[in-house]
Amino acid sequence: MSLAETNAYDAPLVLGTHTLSSRLIVGTGKYDTLELMQQSLEASGSECVTVAVRRERLYDPTGRNLLDYIDFHRYTLLPNTAGCYNARDAVRTAKLGREILLGLENPGADWVKLEVLADTKTLLPDPVETVLACEQLVELGFQVLCYTTDDPVIAKRLKEVGATAVMPAGSPIGSGQGILNPNNIRICLEYLKGEDPDYPVIVDAGVGTASDVAFAMELGVDGVLLNTAIAHAKDPVRMAHSMRHATEAGRLAFQSGRIPRRLYASASSPEDGVIGRTRHQ
Amino acid sequence: MKIRINEEERDVPAGSTIADVIETLSLNPKFIAVEVNLELIPRDEHASHQLTDGDQLEVVTLVGGG
Repeated sequence: MSLAETNAYDAPLVLGTHTLSSRLIVGTGKYDTLELMQQSLEASGSECVTVAVRRERLYDPTGRNLLDYIDFHRYTLLPNTAGCYNARDAVRTAKLGREILLGLENPGADWVKLEVLADTKTLLPDPVETVLACEQLVELGFQVLCYTTDDPVIAKRLKEVGATAVMPAGSPIGSGQGILNPNNIRICLEYLKGEDPDYPVIVDAGVGTASDVAFAMELGVDGVLLNTAIAHAKDPVRMAHSMRHATEAGRLAFQSGRIPRRLYASASSPEDGVIGRTRHQ
Repeated sequence: MKIRINEEERDVPAGSTIADVIETLSLNPKFIAVEVNLELIPRDEHASHQLTDGDQLEVVTLVGGG
């Protein structure tokens, strides 16, 4: 099934004022080369890519900039606040990211992927600072896509303070462990979408391979955001293709309504008319 | 006068603007954002914003990230 055919079955992903036909959002970090990143973004079919805000290197002999390798007229950039460990730094970083995107005239200037981390070992989000930063960024007019743990209570709080989308982690960033607690994701979905079915929930982080993505989508999340699983695969471009298919496969499966699990078998061929068979009870 | 850019000390002519400094660093002004003393200075003020001795600048760009 081609991308166009798949999309005929599905509505686009709506995140605040942004509409994306692909439900896969990919990161731009950790690639061996910028060329490989470029090809992988293309293969992923994604229309939205995350970027980080960092100090300009003042003595770069090559002078190469990420922005020379991303067509910012084609992709909506989603600047993150990665590396921030408190609300104050996250808000500063978000403002700087917005300023750059305004200069690029990229539609991503009005949103941010909020990420406020607790420590460098787990890279788990600090829930208190995350809620605080989310509230402040919403007041500053940002559409906040909020990275968080899979805790349903914090997820609810983030929605209450105005997050445009809540993005629970499947497992720690870059860990490749997949969706460690699907029941928490299910409760997040119930809490956030129960009376507001269009509210977007995206699994962000922890994905290791295509089946993790398909599984997340089958749970009923609206999209998946990933980076390392593609960038550090042995063949990133091939993995990017697989992630695109997995996103579509999982989404279609969710919409199709899977069969219930049964303990015993249920024959697919007719029971009647079988020749010369002794029936065993 | 002396200013600090990304925590590095630099000597620049008195009266330099943000735009002057960016030009000296050979950076593409479209790809950066600048804070002076923790305050974001919008792009359209870079040419007119004169720096003073001791100013602390943050000059950032976008890099790969997840």
